[in-house]
Amino acid sequence: MGLLSDPNRRRALISLLTRLNTPICIVCYMAGVAWFMGLAFEPFTLRTYMSENAMGSTMVEERFPAGERALATGREFSAHKKRTGGMPVEWLMKTMQAKGLEVFTQRFSRTLPFPDENKERYMVRGTNVYGILRAPRAPRTEALVLSAPCSPGDNNNQAVGLLLGLAEYFRNQIYWAKDIIFLVNEHDLIGMQAWLEGYHHTNTTGMDWSPLQGRGGSIQAALSLELSSDIITSLDLVLEGLNGQLPNLDLANLFYAFCQKIGVLCTIQGKLQRNDWDSVSGYSHAVQTMMLMVMKQASGRPWGDHGLFLRYHIEAATIKGVNSFRQYKTDATTIGRLLEGMYRKLNNLLERLHQSYFFYLMPSLSHFVSIGYYMPAFGLLAVILLLRALDLWVQLSTPPQRTEDGVTDIEPVRGTHFKTVADLLSLLTPLVISHLTGVALYMLPIRFQEMAVEHFPVSETEAVVLTAIAVYTAGLALPHNTHRLLSGEGTEQGWRVLKLVAVLYLAVLLGCTALINFSLGFILALTLVPVAAFVTPHVPKVLSAFILVILSPACTLLFSVFFFQELQEMPISFQDGWLLFLSVISQGILDHSLYGSLVYPLITLLVYPCWLLFWNILFWN
Amino acid sequence: MAAPLTLLLLVAVTVRAALFRSSLSELISERVEVVSPLTAWKRVIEGLALLDLGVSPYSGDVFHETPLTIYLFHFLVDYAEVTFMLADVITAVALYMAVKDYNKQVFRKQKFALEADRYPLDCLELIRSPKEMYYIPLKVAMFYLLNPFTILSCVAKSTCGLNNAIIALFILSTIKGNVLLSAIFLSLATYQSIYPLTLCAPALLYLMQRQYIPVNFRRASFWWFIVQYAFMYLGSLFVIICLSFFLLGSWDYLPSVYGFILSVPDLTPNIGLFWYFFAEMFEHFRLFFLCVFQINVFFYTIPLSIKLKEHPVFLIFMQLAVISIFKSYPTVGDISLYMAFLPVWSHLHRFLRNIFLVSCVLLACSALFPVLWHLWIYAGSANSNFYYAITLLFNVAQILLVSDYFYAFLRREHHLTYGLYLKRKDGSEATLVLK
Repeated sequence: MGLLSDPNRRRALISLLTRLNTPICIVCYMAGVAWFMGLAFEPFTLRTYMSENAMGSTMVEERFPAGERALATGREFSAHKKRTGGMPVEWLMKTMQAKGLEVFTQRFSRTLPFPDENKERYMVRGTNVYGILRAPRAPRTEALVLSAPCSPGDNNNQAVGLLLGLAEYFRNQIYWAKDIIFLVNEHDLIGMQAWLEGYHHTNTTGMDWSPLQGRGGSIQAALSLELSSDIITSLDLVLEGLNGQLPNLDLANLFYAFCQKIGVLCTIQGKLQRNDWDSVSGYSHAVQTMMLMVMKQASGRPWGDHGLFLRYHIEAATIKGVNSFRQYKTDATTIGRLLEGMYRKLNNLLERLHQSYFFYLMPSLSHFVSIGYYMPAFGLLAVILLLRALDLWVQLSTPPQRTEDGVTDIEPVRGTHFKTVADLLSLLTPLVISHLTGVALYMLPIRFQEMAVEHFPVSETEAVVLTAIAVYTAGLALPHNTHRLLSGEGTEQGWRVLKLVAVLYLAVLLGCTALINFSLGFILALTLVPVAAFVTPHVPKVLSAFILVILSPACTLLFSVFFFQELQEMPISFQDGWLLFLSVISQGILDHSLYGSLVYPLITLLVYPCWLLFWNILFWN
Repeated sequence: MAAPLTLLLLVAVTVRAALFRSSLSELISERVEVVSPLTAWKRVIEGLALLDLGVSPYSGDVFHETPLTIYLFHFLVDYAEVTFMLADVITAVALYMAVKDYNKQVFRKQKFALEADRYPLDCLELIRSPKEMYYIPLKVAMFYLLNPFTILSCVAKSTCGLNNAIIALFILSTIKGNVLLSAIFLSLATYQSIYPLTLCAPALLYLMQRQYIPVNFRRASFWWFIVQYAFMYLGSLFVIICLSFFLLGSWDYLPSVYGFILSVPDLTPNIGLFWYFFAEMFEHFRLFFLCVFQINVFFYTIPLSIKLKEHPVFLIFMQLAVISIFKSYPTVGDISLYMAFLPVWSHLHRFLRNIFLVSCVLLACSALFPVLWHLWIYAGSANSNFYYAITLLFNVAQILLVSDYFYAFLRREHHLTYGLYLKRKDGSEATLVLK
């Protein structure tokens, strides 16, 4: 507390911080970026380890024998799927019942706010089929879920086959202490959403579904299986869920441990692990893996069917079978054994997975970066905002001319009252206007789609996206400097106050975002913090306006699209990138209305208005 | 001044009414920052239902408000929203009138001191002008009514608003110099939540100052006044307690209200310091730490009263802050009451040292409360430590805020006695250091 109470030291510290503000800010920014890039460097990361005792020390044997039969069931399923042209409900029910499960169905229907052009659906109607294997050894208070999607075309037939095979095999084992629910969901996430809402008696998105007839206990963990070929070369683990939520790291550890034990190649973000961390290519490989995770997490959308489980406090992951041109092949029996092992370990759980980390980034499947290591990278960026705010505060509280005489000092005091009213108004107007623009950006695209379709030759999806872009651009052109009407010329004091408010607003906003979804917070901070730091009305207008637009949220998204494609080693032309950008916007809006993803409202209602405030400061005079 | 105040009241009521009608009100009334087990409207409803069934409302350990509150809402339950808005309006108007009166006295005192040449010459810039003081009462009302904390508290129908109204009326009657009403409202406030008991010290000091009774332990007049006040206070408290007994026909409410406040059995997270500490503690230390924590609220009365015996209104502000920080079930409504006083001390701004830091921390914490709650309860990825860390930070910021104002107040008084530009013995410029 010496620093807070000793006036001399305080003065020294504050003068140091204000004098060296810009250099410190630049150093902080570079240090933040460097820290972030250093996270992927293997000596700075931690090895993953199993924290949960119930899963770590117990031995299980995997004896699943019937891979071939499972594949045959898969082929049968595919034939029935083709015949009915959708989910073969009758056949699935019959088969599941024959395996000795309690079988139930759930119907659901949902009309999307506008047609989804990526998946070609608008009015969705479907059925989920699930069978419950009742636990023979314990009261039925807890459950595990294994799900496989019933996808259109030839996809995922093997997954359903393996699911049925495992159901039959599990039925004959006596050691199950938790109910196991085998779920085949139609229309991927929409079906999953309907099933989860039905299971938990909630309705957050206004979907129509029939209530579930049968239930197990509270779900402890869930795996979603995606498998489209008889033989695979590697298994990929997908962790990123809704709003960037991740399952407990122990689930990933469990998967990794069994892959090691059984000898299956396993990847994360489709990237194999490499051992040459000390070489440049090894390091860049790790960076690439981690950046892919950051980009996926920042998007806030569920990257597999497991993504919606996380919202209900259920640890879940998607396991994807990949068939590439590698030599090393794995058959369905081995995958079955792997899943059997994982479920037997999960079956041993005494309480929910909670021992290990929930906030982490993974540069490879065997290494992770925990919150304590990655938060400083964000903290270094956020500190710039605080330093800037401090600088502005000092400028505001020490007016340039200071009178020695006490009597003359009273004169400005009288004047200040009216000045503060004008200041307050000139502060409130931009705040209100930019937030209203944000509200318009949030509401208008869906409201105006019909009108847009009537008047312009565009499809509904295009109409929504183009309206969003139009509102976004219109926000830039709004007459922000209304303060000129109120107080004549925009005052020095005025923009400083506005900037102080905007900087603090941004700091709180980014801090909260980074806590919920680190990746999103960090990416936004990377682009918005420089904007917040350098904008004043006195910088060269055209150049700064250009930089400001380049660093605006929409452009950040555009760059992210290209960067993501680059990371996936599928670079695209500008034309395709633009189309992808448009579809990403429509997907973002759809994710918000279908599953309640928060990224779209966050950007439109808070981040964009905040950025508009800085735009406003630039054009203050 | 009536017109701006009316306008302000209209705006405040409109905002509240709009929020009552929106879907937000249900969300807000579930927030642990806004309602505590004592003040939750849900619990009042439960108590009312039990009362209607002819069961004691205190059976079942849900309802912990006082009997008078439940009988008030027995008649007003259909007009609950209006009641809460009215309570806020009463608080604001009472504070407005009280501060107006107080400012008049401050100004009068300053005039006398100036005429008597009691201030050093270089202190003229510390003298307060009527112009700057003119808007202070309005700002106080504005700070109370438009404070987001108050609005949240009102929209959640937290009974904290009623307690605030009683305390505001107590402050008004004290400042107006009405001894009887002051004692009655103080006893009502004590009856509602015990802690305002500590406000009797500033009230006594103020009333004695007003009646020119010296604070001197050897004077009979001093003791006579204290006995008078204590008699009125205890008498009205006795009447209220007996009234509650006759209303309910049992003493159930004593353990259920006051026992609940003092022994803190409900460890639902809130913005206070108790819940985490007592959730983590070994049971056999509980009594000891309970005493330590509860004494905190009452203990500061003595040193503060000694230090601030010339400035009872500032003492009221300090006490309100101390209560809202250290009470067992604090909510944001309690904070808003003492924050309403901040404009009264606007002349201290030049001496405040940490106001920027403190306001940043308070702002950030207010935003982080719901975020960390979400991460802990809904997402399940954070845990109670995260939430408590923010609670701690929030309270540290409040303590810093209050001590900063305390320091600034004392420093201004110091300058008014010894001059603004202090010189060391060797003639160089001196600085004041707080140690």
